[in-house]
Amino acid sequence: MREKLKSILEAYKKKEANIIYLLQKTEEVFGYLPREAVDFFADELGIAPSRFFGVATFYSQFHLNPRGRNIITACCGTACHVKGSERLINGLRQELRLAEGQETTEDMDVTLEKVNCVGACSIAPVFLINKKVYGKSTSDRLLKEVRAIRGAKGNDA
Amino acid sequence: MMHNITVKVCMGTGGVAAGGGEVLDAFLNEISSEGIAASIEKRCSPGKVGCRGLCAKDVLVDVIIGNSKVTYQHVKTDMVPRIVKEHILESNPVLEWAVGEDYHNFHDRQQKVVLSDCGNIDPEDINAYAAVNGYIAARKVVTSMTPEDVISTIKMSGLRGRGGAGFPTGTKWEIAGKQDAKTKYLICNADEGDPGAFMDRSVIEGNPHAVIEGMIIGAYAIGADKGYVYIRAEYPLAVERLKKALDDARTENFLGKEIMGTSFNFDILIKLGAGAFVCGEETALIASIEGQRGMPRAKPPFPVYQGLWGKPTVINNVETLANVPYIMRNGPEWFASFGTEKSKGTKVFAITGKIKNSGLIEVPMGIPLREIIYDIGGGIEGGRQFKAVQTGGPSGGCIPADLLDTPVDFESLAKVGSIVGSGGMVVLDETDCMVNIAKFFLEFTRAESCGKCVPCRIGTKRLLEILERITKGEGKPGDIALLEEMSVDIKMASLCGLGQTAPNPVLSTIKYFRHEYEAHINEKRCPAGVCKDLLTYSVLEEFCKGCGACLRACPAGAIKGEKKKPHIIDPSVCIKCGACLDVCKFKAVKKE
Repeated sequence: MREKLKSILEAYKKKEANIIYLLQKTEEVFGYLPREAVDFFADELGIAPSRFFGVATFYSQFHLNPRGRNIITACCGTACHVKGSERLINGLRQELRLAEGQETTEDMDVTLEKVNCVGACSIAPVFLINKKVYGKSTSDRLLKEVRAIRGAKGNDA
Repeated sequence: MMHNITVKVCMGTGGVAAGGGEVLDAFLNEISSEGIAASIEKRCSPGKVGCRGLCAKDVLVDVIIGNSKVTYQHVKTDMVPRIVKEHILESNPVLEWAVGEDYHNFHDRQQKVVLSDCGNIDPEDINAYAAVNGYIAARKVVTSMTPEDVISTIKMSGLRGRGGAGFPTGTKWEIAGKQDAKTKYLICNADEGDPGAFMDRSVIEGNPHAVIEGMIIGAYAIGADKGYVYIRAEYPLAVERLKKALDDARTENFLGKEIMGTSFNFDILIKLGAGAFVCGEETALIASIEGQRGMPRAKPPFPVYQGLWGKPTVINNVETLANVPYIMRNGPEWFASFGTEKSKGTKVFAITGKIKNSGLIEVPMGIPLREIIYDIGGGIEGGRQFKAVQTGGPSGGCIPADLLDTPVDFESLAKVGSIVGSGGMVVLDETDCMVNIAKFFLEFTRAESCGKCVPCRIGTKRLLEILERITKGEGKPGDIALLEEMSVDIKMASLCGLGQTAPNPVLSTIKYFRHEYEAHINEKRCPAGVCKDLLTYSVLEEFCKGCGACLRACPAGAIKGEKKKPHIIDPSVCIKCGACLDVCKFKAVKKE
C-alpha cells in the first residue's frame, strides 16, 4: 500500500493539485479511503487528518469503508423516483439480503449504493452495474443480472 | 450517379445504454464484410454522433444517401444486416423500422441553436466541428475584435445565464472585464446537480467544442488566461469527450500560448466535482476548486470582484457558453429574434417522467408549457391524466394542469411559483402523489444542505419530518400552516440559493394540491395510491383463480391460500411492496 500511496503523492506534488485530487486518486486505486492512506498523507504533508475527513465526508464520491467487488448504483433522480426506482431498490436489497442501512453484502461481493442523478432520465429507471448503464430497468432484468454476478462468483470459488 | 453514404449512430448516454456501440460495430462489420465492401466501403462512413434528443427511441440511426435521409428507431444489432442490404445496397429503405410521425412532431416544433450541431456531428472529431463553421467565431474574435466589442455583442443579444438565475451574461462579462487585475478566471459550471436534468451533459457529450469555443470568446472578453470546467464525476462519457476535445483544440492552437497567432494566451483545465449539489452555487464551486469543503460564503463580494483564489472570476453555465459561438457567428439580432421581450433566445429542456417522448429539446423562450408537453412530448404515457409538471428541480415547483398555458420564460414561471432553473421538466400523472414528490425533494435538499447556516440545515430537516409524518398517516391539523410558515422563514433567512429555494416544492404543491395534503392529514388517505403506510392490499375473491403467483412472489410470506381457491393477504404481515399486484394476471389484487 505504501508504494501506491507514494506514487499518488508524487503525482499530487507534480500537479500542484489540491487534497480533493489526492482523495480522488486514492479512491480510484483502492475503491475507498483507507484510514492508513489519510494518516500517511497527513504525516507527509503536515495537514491534520481532520481536514481530509472534513472533505471526504462532505462529498458523496468518497467512501470511508471498503466496498464490494461489484458495484450496483441506483439512480435516485426525480424521473427514476416517479418511475418506481424505490421498489426496484427494495427488491434488490431483499435479493442481496441487506439489512437496514447496510450497503455491502457480508461476503464483500456486492455493494448497492444510491446516487442523486446520473443524467440519463429519459431511460428511467436507471441502474449502473459495474459502470454499465441499464435503462428502463425492470425487477426481472435486474434480478437476472445480479444473479449472474453472484453465480459467476460461485464458479470462481 | 454514385452518392456518398453516411450512417450516423446515436452515441449519447441514452444511445450507449441502449446498445449504440454494438450497433455501430455491427454496421462497421457488415459493411466491411466481403462482397459488400467492394461495392460501397469507400463511399460509406458509419460514425457516432451525440444525443439526438429523443432518447426514448434509441438506438436512433440516420442513413443518409445523397440528399435523402431515413432515420431508424429502436435499432438492434440483428436489424443491421437487413438495413445494409435493402437500404444501403438496394436503395430500398426499410420503412417499417423508420421513425414515425411522433418523431417528426418532436423535432419540427423545436428551434435549435445550442443543439443545432449536437446529434449531427461526431463529437470526438474536431474537423467535424470545423466543417460546420466551428472556431470561426473564436478566430474572428481574437484576431479582429476588441473585448468591448465582444461584450457589447453579447449584451445586444440579450443572453441570460442558463444555469438557473438568468443573470445577463454580457453584464457579468462587462463587470469582470473592468476589474483591474493581472489574473482573472473563467469557469464553466458543468456541475449539473439537479436530479431530472441532463442538458449540460448532452451538450458536452454531443458538441464539446462549442463549449470550448464559447470559453475562448468569454475569456478573451474578460481578459482571463486560465479557465476551468467544473464537471461532475458522475458523467464519465462527457468527461472523456471533453478531455479529447481539449487535447485536439490545443493541437490546433485554439488553446494554449499565443492562440491563433495572436498574443492572447488561454488554457482550460478540467476539475472533477466530487458529488455535492451545493457546488452548483458559485462560491461553493470556487471553494471546491480550491480543494475545500464546498460550502458557500456570503455575497457580496461577488465572484466577478473576488472569486477563485481571490481573483475576479466569471462563472457561466455550459449552455450559456455553448450559445456564444452561435451568437458571434449569426449576430445578436438573430439570437434576439427568438424568445420574448425579457427572455431572449432558446432554452434546452430535459423532458422526462410520465411523458411519451421523453428526451432533450430546445425551444424558443416563451413557448407555452402545453406545447412542450403535448405537441413535442406527445402527451402522457399510457393514456393517463396529466397532473403536474415539475420544473427547476429541487429549487423549482410543480405547475398544475390549469396553468399549462403559462409561457416558459424566466418571469412567467417565477410568477406561478416555479423557476426555469437549469431546464429539467419532470411530468407527473394521476398516479403520482404530490405530498410524496415534495417529500422526495426535501429528502434531497436535506441531504445536500451543507450545514453552514441554521435555517437551511435545521429548517429542511424539520420540513422533511413533517412531510414524513403526513405521508405515514400521522399528520395533524395545523401541519399545512406550519409547513407554509417555516418555508417562508427558510427562504428569507438562508445563506445561499439552496436554502432560499429548498421550500419551493413544498409551497407550490400546497398552493395547487392542498386537497392532497388534506386527504393525507384528515382522512389518512393517499389519493394517488403511493404512500405505502396509507395503503392496504387485498385479494378480490371473485377474480382470484388461486393460481398461486402472488403467493410465490410475496417476499414477506403474507399471502395464504390453497390451489385454485381464492387467496388471502394477511395485513399484519404485508409489507406493501406491491409484488402481488405486479404478478397477478387476473386483476384480483386491489390496492386502496
